[in-house]
Amino acid sequence: MNTKSNTSAASDAFDNLKETVGVVTVDDPKMSARNVDVFYGEKQAIYDVSLDIANNEVIAMIGPSGCGKSTFLRCLNRMNDSIPTCRVTGEMSLDGEDLYGAGLDPVLLRARVGMVFQKPNPFAKSIYDNVAYGPRIHGLASNRAELDDIVISSLQKAGLHEEVQDRLDAPGTSLSGGQQQRLCIARTIAVSPEVILMDEPCSALDPIATARIEELIDELRENYAIAIVTHSMQQAARVSQRTAYFHLGKLVEVGSTNNIFTNPRHELTENYITGRFG
Amino acid sequence: MTTTNLVLLLLGLGLATFFYGRQKAYVVSKSHGGMRNMHSLPSQHGVMVAIWCALPALLLVLFWKLAEPAVISSMLNSVIPASVMDGGDKAIGLYKNDIANIIESGKASSNPEKQVVADRWVALSSISSWVLLAIVLAIAAIGAATALRKISPDTRARVMVERVVHWFLIICSSIAILTTVGILCSVLFESFRFFQQVSFVEFVTGTKWSPQTAIRVDQVGSSGSFGAIPLFTGTLLISAIAMVVAVPIGLLAAIYLAEYASDRMRAFAKPLLEILAGIPTVVYGFFAALTVAPAIREWGELIGLSPSSESALAAGVVMGIMIIPFVSSLSDDVITAVPQAMRDGSYALGATHSETIKKVVLPAALPGVVSGILLAASRAIGETMIVVMAAGLAANLTANPLEAVTTVTVQIVTLLTGDQEFDSAKTLAAFALGLMLFFTTLVLNIIALHVVRRYREQYD
Ligand SMILES: Nc1ncnc2c1ncn2[C@@H]1O[C@H](COP(=O)(O)OP(=O)(O)OP(=O)(O)O)[C@@H](O)[C@H]1O
Ligand SMILES: [Mg+2]
Repeated sequence: MNTKSNTSAASDAFDNLKETVGVVTVDDPKMSARNVDVFYGEKQAIYDVSLDIANNEVIAMIGPSGCGKSTFLRCLNRMNDSIPTCRVTGEMSLDGEDLYGAGLDPVLLRARVGMVFQKPNPFAKSIYDNVAYGPRIHGLASNRAELDDIVISSLQKAGLHEEVQDRLDAPGTSLSGGQQQRLCIARTIAVSPEVILMDEPCSALDPIATARIEELIDELRENYAIAIVTHSMQQAARVSQRTAYFHLGKLVEVGSTNNIFTNPRHELTENYITGRFG
Repeated sequence: MTTTNLVLLLLGLGLATFFYGRQKAYVVSKSHGGMRNMHSLPSQHGVMVAIWCALPALLLVLFWKLAEPAVISSMLNSVIPASVMDGGDKAIGLYKNDIANIIESGKASSNPEKQVVADRWVALSSISSWVLLAIVLAIAAIGAATALRKISPDTRARVMVERVVHWFLIICSSIAILTTVGILCSVLFESFRFFQQVSFVEFVTGTKWSPQTAIRVDQVGSSGSFGAIPLFTGTLLISAIAMVVAVPIGLLAAIYLAEYASDRMRAFAKPLLEILAGIPTVVYGFFAALTVAPAIREWGELIGLSPSSESALAAGVVMGIMIIPFVSSLSDDVITAVPQAMRDGSYALGATHSETIKKVVLPAALPGVVSGILLAASRAIGETMIVVMAAGLAANLTANPLEAVTTVTVQIVTLLTGDQEFDSAKTLAAFALGLMLFFTTLVLNIIALHVVRRYREQYD
C-alpha cells in the first residue's frame, strides 16, 4: 500500500471517490440521512452524503476545516433554515419521519434534536433562567418546584452545579468560557431531547473542562443519541463508538472508531488521521 | 495687521517649520545610522518644531488681544478732557463710545477735542499691533530655532507632542464642561433673583399660573401668580401621551424591521421611517392644529364629550408620531446587533421565532432600547412648537387629555418674546422654569443611566 502518497495522488483518490467506504447504515437508526446535498446559493457544500445515527451511540465527525461537518450537523435539526441561501436536498429522517416533509414542524424537531454550539452562547439571563428557558417554553414543569428540579438535575448532569449552586441568579455570561459551555449543555439536556448534536463543544475549553465534558458525553449516551464534531482525533477516539470522516463535502469513510483509527481503509482518511494533511 | 492675518501667518509658519523640521530629522537620522537609532519619527520631530514655533506665539496673541482694550483705554485717560473725567465712570464710558463711533465712521469729527482723542486711540492701536507683530515673530523664530537645535536621536519628540495633544484635548473637553457650567450658573443666578420676588414655595406648590406683573402700582389685576404645577403637569401629560403613542409603535416597528422584514423591505422602510424625524416641528404643529385637533373634537362630540378645540391629546399624539423614529431606529439597530449565535441557541432548544424575540432578543437588547426611549422622552419634554400650535397657552391644571394645557417650554417662550423689562418677575420666571426643567431632565437621565448600567453590569 502506498502510504507515502503525495498530494496529487490524494486528489486523484478524492476525484475517484464515488461511494463512502464502510457501512453507513445501522440497525434501527435514530436518525438517517440519504443522498443529502447541501447548497449555499450556487455553491455546493455537501455532496451525496448518506449516514445513520444509532441510539445510545456517540458518532464522531472529523475532517479538515471547511469540509462541511457543521453544515451536515445543522441539517439534522434544520438549523440551516435560518440561513436564507441554504438549500438541502435528499432525505433525512428522525425515527422514520421525514425531517424536511410538509408535516414536520422544525420547532418541534429542535425540541427533540438539541444542539450545542462551537462557541458558548448563553442567553442574557441568569444561570437559572438559561437552563429554565427550554422547560418553560415547552411547559415541562407545572410548578416552581418541578422547574427547580429540572434545572438542578440538568446542572448536575452537566457537571456545573457545584460551582454555581450559590449564585444561580448571576448572569450566565459572568461564567468562564468552560463553565458557559457546560451551561449550554445543561440548557440542552434540560428539555430532554432524543438526539444531541455537538459542534466542537470543547474547542474553547481547557483540558480539565474537556475531560469533564467527555465524561458527561459518555454518561449521556445511556439515554441519548449523540453526534459530535471534533478536530481532536484523541477526543474522537475517546468518546465515540463510530467515526465518520468528511473531506471537501463528501463523506469518505465511516466505521467503528477502533477500525478507523487503527486500520483506515481509504487513503484520505489515513492521511488525515496520521496528520499528513488537514 | 489684523489678528486674523497674524494667526494665519503663525499657522503658516508652523506648517513650514513642520516640513523643515521633518526634513532636518531625516538628515540627522542618516548621519546617526538610520531611523532605528532615533527615539522619535521625523514627522514627530516636525510637529515638535511646529509647536515650539507657533504655540507660544499664538498664546501671546491671545493674551495680548485680551489685555489690549483695557490697556489702551487706560492710556487714553490722559488725553480725555478733565471735565469728562470728573463726570465719573458713566460719563467716561459714554465719551469713549463716542470716540469709538468716530473711529468706526472713518470721517473726521466736527469736534476737534474728540478728534484728538480719536487720533490718539488709532495711533495707540497701531503701535500695539506692530509691537505685537515684532514680539510674536521673535518668539516664533526663537522657538523654532531652539526646537531645530534639539533634533537629535535622543530627543523625545513623540512624548512631547503627545503631551501637548493631551493638554489640547483636556482644554477642548473643559470648554464643553465650562459652557455647561456657565449656562447653569447664569440660569441659577437669574432664578435666584426671581425667587427674591416670588417665594420658592409658591413657585413649586402653586397651582395657578398667570404671569402678570404690574406696570403701574395701582393697576387692576396687578398681582401675578407664579405656580408652576400646571405647567409641569401639562408637560407630563403631553409627554406621557406622546410616549404612549411612540413606544409601542416604535418598538413594534423596530421588531418588524429587524426580525421579519426582508432585506429589501428594510432598506426601503427604515429610511422612510427616519424621515419622520426630519420633518420640521412647525409642520407637525399645524398638522396637529388643523387636522388632528378638529378630528378629535368631532369624534369627542360624537360620543358625547366636549373636547376643547385645542387639546393635550392632539399635541401628544402628533408629538408621539414625531418621536417614533427615535425609538424605532435605535431599537432596530440594537436588536439587529444581538448576535445570531444567541438566537441560534434559542432555536436549537425548540423555541419559535416569537418566543426567541420576546425572551432572548429583547432582554439582550434592552439597554439600547431603553436609551432610545430616553432620547425620545427628552425630545418630547423639550418640544415646544407642536404644543404652542395644538395644545394652547392656557395653564389648566387637569389630567383630562381633551382639555387645553400648556407646557414649561411653551411658557418660557411666551415669557421671553416681545418687549420685556429684563428684571421683572415675569421675565425672570422663565429662568426659574428653565432651571426646574433642567433638574427634571437631569433626574430622569440619572435614573435611566442607573437602570441601564445595572442591567449592563449583569448581562455584558
Ligand atoms: N452561511 C454560509 N454561507 C455560505 N457558505 C457557507 C456558509 N456556511 C458554510 N459555508 C461553506 O460551506 C462549507 C462547509 O462549511 P462548514 O462550516 O460546514 O465547515 P466545517 O467542516 O464545519 O469547518 P470547521 O471545521 O472549520 O468548522 C465551507 O466551504 C463554507 O465556506
Ligand atoms: Mg464547523
